[in-house]
Amino acid sequence: MIKQERMVVTNQQEIAHHIFELTVQGGLTGEMKAPGQFVHVRVADSFEPLLRRPISVASIDFESNQFTMIYRAEGRGTTLLSEKKAGDTVDILGPLGNGFPVEQAKQKAYLIGGGIGVPPLYELAKELNAKGIETVHILGFESKGAVFYEDKFRALGDTHIATVDGSHGTQGFVTHILNELPKDFDTYYSCGPTPMLEAVQWAYPEKQGFLSYEQRMGCGIGACFACVCRTTKSETDYIKVCSDGPVFPAGVVIS
Amino acid sequence: MTNLNVQLPGLNLKNPIMPASGCFGFGKEYSQLYDLSALGAIMIKATTVETRLGNPTPRVAETASGMLNAIGLQNPGLQKVLGEELPRLEQYDVPIIANVAGTTTEDYVEVAKAISESPNVHALEINISCPNVKQGGITFGTDPDIARELTRAVKDVSSVPVYIKLSPNVTDIVSIAKAVEEGGADGITMINTLLGMRLDAKTGRPVIANITGGLSGPAVKPVALRMVYEVRKQTDLPIIGMGGVADVNDVIDFLSAGANAVAVGTANFVNPFVCPEIIGQLPERLHELGYESIEELVGRSHRL
Ligand SMILES: Cc1cc2nc3c(=O)[nH]c(=O)nc-3n(C[C@H](O)[C@H](O)[C@H](O)COP(=O)(O)OP(=O)(O)OC[C@H]3O[C@@H](n4cnc5c(N)ncnc54)[C@H](O)[C@@H]3O)c2cc1C
Ligand SMILES: Cc1cc2nc3c(=O)[nH]c(=O)nc-3n(C[C@H](O)[C@H](O)[C@H](O)COP(=O)(O)O)c2cc1C
Ligand code: FES
Repeated sequence: MIKQERMVVTNQQEIAHHIFELTVQGGLTGEMKAPGQFVHVRVADSFEPLLRRPISVASIDFESNQFTMIYRAEGRGTTLLSEKKAGDTVDILGPLGNGFPVEQAKQKAYLIGGGIGVPPLYELAKELNAKGIETVHILGFESKGAVFYEDKFRALGDTHIATVDGSHGTQGFVTHILNELPKDFDTYYSCGPTPMLEAVQWAYPEKQGFLSYEQRMGCGIGACFACVCRTTKSETDYIKVCSDGPVFPAGVVIS
Repeated sequence: MTNLNVQLPGLNLKNPIMPASGCFGFGKEYSQLYDLSALGAIMIKATTVETRLGNPTPRVAETASGMLNAIGLQNPGLQKVLGEELPRLEQYDVPIIANVAGTTTEDYVEVAKAISESPNVHALEINISCPNVKQGGITFGTDPDIARELTRAVKDVSSVPVYIKLSPNVTDIVSIAKAVEEGGADGITMINTLLGMRLDAKTGRPVIANITGGLSGPAVKPVALRMVYEVRKQTDLPIIGMGGVADVNDVIDFLSAGANAVAVGTANFVNPFVCPEIIGQLPERLHELGYESIEELVGRSHRL
């Protein structure tokens, strides 16, 4: 069930250049169903800035009723959010959308992420590993300073890093790494900028894949028609990223 | 006991608060959050004859204390609204106000006639003010003669009272209000969004794919309030006021300026529980101000 809750910040820290890890505690955590779901965060109690910000759930700890988000402080809203300290509260609406189908992987999965699309793959990797699925992580970042969670991903499986400027790992995009890797997996999961999702789909037309999309949002719950994408399923319909997605099987979204 | 009840043509409202059209879909999503029977009424998303896909994305952009939208009247079309959306809303004890849009007079007439016959549709809201469609919409709302004729045409076929939704994108909103009154309107709803735009600071490119969009949210409240006040001075028609309402004090302002009931739009995105919260706070706020009913408060700014 979707809840709106004033959650308590238990930790916030900058883990890479302008990248913040924010952990909050509250009953809403217990409603989470799958990795890849997101929450809609109200960054200020005033009406400036007005809209909530969609942020993915990066990891869940049901025992302590906490979950973690990882986001880039870039614009006005996320910068304000980055000023919250332990003990502060933040108004969160969620969990929203449908996450990655963990049960679809059989033995080995590729998890392919770019920039701020990397966070939801962490909870996904944890849950896949818990089910005995081998995970390989291919993660792209701008530069060395922007890389986060490398060790945490390594602890769960083989991990490859690409940076656009070559300051860490392979120089270039995740697709450069994909070209070098064997195709011995059954399922891929991906989250990141739309051009990256396109390239990943092109690379594995014969594999089963699930992609998490981004779109500008209003309500976040499916009522306002702000976040739509065209779909291959029907010429006369749109899908809503917030409530039909954000995760879709490969080949469904026309971007 | 404070009395929140409001009687308007076609509408016996248990309270004066309702979600505005386009900000609440057809109620399905919000019904997962709270009991829709708490609401005074529901204004559903604009309905057109055919399925509308709407505009390309990005369709929304944040602005100072507000937002721009260019959804483009996306909706599933008349048949689906009649067959699926409206029947699903019948389980709630809440009157529906159906928002009607179109490109030609014939479109409006066709939707108005069919949708007004649905058992839970108690009034129509004729959207002659959508700034986000290339044809129709706003052109009907900016010329008094065209607005009057459209009102007549819709009145002729509707089996429920007709409210006309006015556009703020005009020089003289009172002349449009008078025109629709002459055309036989049972009431007025106001305001729709204010046409605006936003540019990307780096590239100079419009942020909204449609280039322009409609401004809503707290930023537009002063304009909306002024317009309700002006129209109330010139007509006795019932007014459902809206534009930037986000809390109980905003509601008091609109009622004071002469609105008989108040709709809440963009604020639902910020706080999905805003409507039931305001409804819960209204009795105490009225009492603090020394009023025992909504009706006593309506238009008080004109009686000072
Ligand atoms: C389903 C989903 C999950 C996301 N998960 C994450 C995450 O885990 N970590 C992370 O860092 N970012 C994530 N994003 C992107 C994040 O929402 C934007 O970076 C953020 O909204 C920008 O806000 P701002 O205040 O920095 O920017 P501003 O420029 O002030 O934002 C202005 C408006 O544009 C919207 N906006 C700007 N960029 C985006 C974008 N890329 N996608 C959607 N809306 C945008 C904002 O929400 C706001 O309404 C996600 C987006 C979606 C749709
Ligand atoms: C995303 C969005 C969609 C809207 N769609 C419609 C619509 O379909 N029909 C209509 O008459 N008004 C529509 N409106 C206008 C609102 O009903 C309302 O008149 C306006 O937003 C001002 O109120 P607010 O500031 O409380 O949002 C829409 C507004 C928004 C923000
Ligand atoms: S953000 Fe409103 S429908 Fe998706």
